[in-house]
Amino acid sequence: MGCEKKKILTLVSFLVIFPVLVNYIPAISNYLEVMIFAGIFCLVTIGLSLLMGYAGQISLGHAAFLGIGAYSSGIITAKFGLSPWIGIAAGIAISSCIAVVVGIPSLKLKGHYLAMATLGFGEIVFIVFNEEVNLTGGPSGFADIPYLHVGSFEFSSELTYYILVWAVVLMGLFFALNLIHSRVGRAWRAIHGNEMAAEAMGVPTSRYKLKIFVLSSIYASVAGSLYTHYICFLNPSSFDLFWSIKFVMMVIVGGMSSVWGAIIGTILLTYLGNEWLSAFKHFDVLVYGIILLLITMFLPGGIVSLPRILRSKRTNSR
Amino acid sequence: MNDTAQLVQYILTGITVGAIYALVGLGYNIIYNVTEVINFAQGEFVVLGGLVMVFMTNTLHLSLPVGFFLTVSVVTILGALMDKLTIEPIKDANVLTLIIITIAVSIIFRGLAMLIWGRDPYALPAFSKAPPFTLFHAIIQPQALWVLGITTIVVILLSLFFRFTMMGKAMLACADSPEASRLMGIPVKKMVLISFVLSAAIGAVAGIVITPISLMEYDRGALLGLKGFGASILGGLGSFSGAVIAGLILGLIESLCAGYVSSGYKDAIALIVLLLVLFVKPSGFFAGKRASLKKF
Repeated sequence: MGCEKKKILTLVSFLVIFPVLVNYIPAISNYLEVMIFAGIFCLVTIGLSLLMGYAGQISLGHAAFLGIGAYSSGIITAKFGLSPWIGIAAGIAISSCIAVVVGIPSLKLKGHYLAMATLGFGEIVFIVFNEEVNLTGGPSGFADIPYLHVGSFEFSSELTYYILVWAVVLMGLFFALNLIHSRVGRAWRAIHGNEMAAEAMGVPTSRYKLKIFVLSSIYASVAGSLYTHYICFLNPSSFDLFWSIKFVMMVIVGGMSSVWGAIIGTILLTYLGNEWLSAFKHFDVLVYGIILLLITMFLPGGIVSLPRILRSKRTNSR
Repeated sequence: MNDTAQLVQYILTGITVGAIYALVGLGYNIIYNVTEVINFAQGEFVVLGGLVMVFMTNTLHLSLPVGFFLTVSVVTILGALMDKLTIEPIKDANVLTLIIITIAVSIIFRGLAMLIWGRDPYALPAFSKAPPFTLFHAIIQPQALWVLGITTIVVILLSLFFRFTMMGKAMLACADSPEASRLMGIPVKKMVLISFVLSAAIGAVAGIVITPISLMEYDRGALLGLKGFGASILGGLGSFSGAVIAGLILGLIESLCAGYVSSGYKDAIALIVLLLVLFVKPSGFFAGKRASLKKF
């Protein structure tokens, strides 16, 4: 855990210094907003990296869970005028129920089944967002979603939302790290190492895998609620298949062996998508595809594996 | 148009679309049978087939047979390149890595298609100039007959290939046990390459025949791929006849639901069937005794 403490400290100090830097360097004045999105996506990818790194499973439908959280919050606050906290809770409840229904049958099977089931599920949810015009506003969506508030305090400024989002991310991160270093985490690692051996040692593998899947869907749903109350406008385009693939990509680029990889990959790809690739317009798809292919083929451990590879190269050349 | 005519119309549309799902499903099965990889870029082969054919006929003004042949060749080469450049070099191939690689390739194909053809849908002229005719008061496009005829030919050729040629049998052997096949002197790498070549070719054929009916645009691949996968799962992954029957059934269900229930949810229906099959009977409904799920 000592090594983790150092990493957490680094992350927290970076998060504290970042707004100050943004404030003094005009060239990156909009980077605080991008960092808010990065934080929201980090929540999704922390959960996803647990699923990919520990259960060895892939979900191609996490944008749908993000969407379920977002639409639950949006509909409950804007259409029914209820408290945003009820919206967040509803999102979590719906997402986890769906995750159980999709997860139980597909996780019993091995290999590509969860990938295909989540891909199909994601498309269905996307179609529902488009078709249920009375509830979701259809393809054009709906606006007038209120800001998040506690009592009379409204999270309406960029800085307060930045603090809120990253506080939630840090909580999610602590929870994930604690799980990894607990009995559950050891079981997950055993499953990843050798599923059959784990099963033989008495680890109920499919139940443990289901737990990760449900947990990751809850992370995504909370992220969706935070997303809604920040942009205050919703339409289905942020929850399509390509977003699901982008989340998977964030985890892989950073490295799926640890949740830190997810955080690094997410921040990097969010800046890439929101800022650095804007010159490519729609053709950023091509760039994403090439990045994903190259990383998977030549750096399967992602960015977090770079220091180790460089170190072993140095010792070899000596 | 009376009720019977409408029903006949829906059934014909369903069978036509279903034939395409069957072809996509066959593509999955061929690669799966040899490599146990689900190729997420399978739908992209169909899109490329349609769009390359658009280039051959609308841009280069080549005749139908020449365009057909060249299009299938181009897409086949892309399939071979995909295997040679991305699948073969991977040494410790686990399922997760292979899924991600085929996803990455599918994104690259989609990006390239957008770069070359833009975001608009393209049309192709029908294969024959014959006017639509009526059957039980329903209107039939001659192109639908082309789709069904060519699908039938592909299915027959494939079954002959796997049943009666040495190469086809060798490919099936690779599916059973790559290790044992290698020991018996079967070049497994070459068989994997052939499987990619074959399914790219089949995808291209599907794209070419369906584009005159349903148009083609760069981002159709994902949905086509998913529905085709639905066909191969419903039919029992790896089973050829299963995929064909299941593809037709999926097309029928989709067309009937679109007609009588809700057209907005047309695309969701095949996916719901896919999920239901995964949950209820993942080994599929139409597989023979031999074809069973191996490693799942």
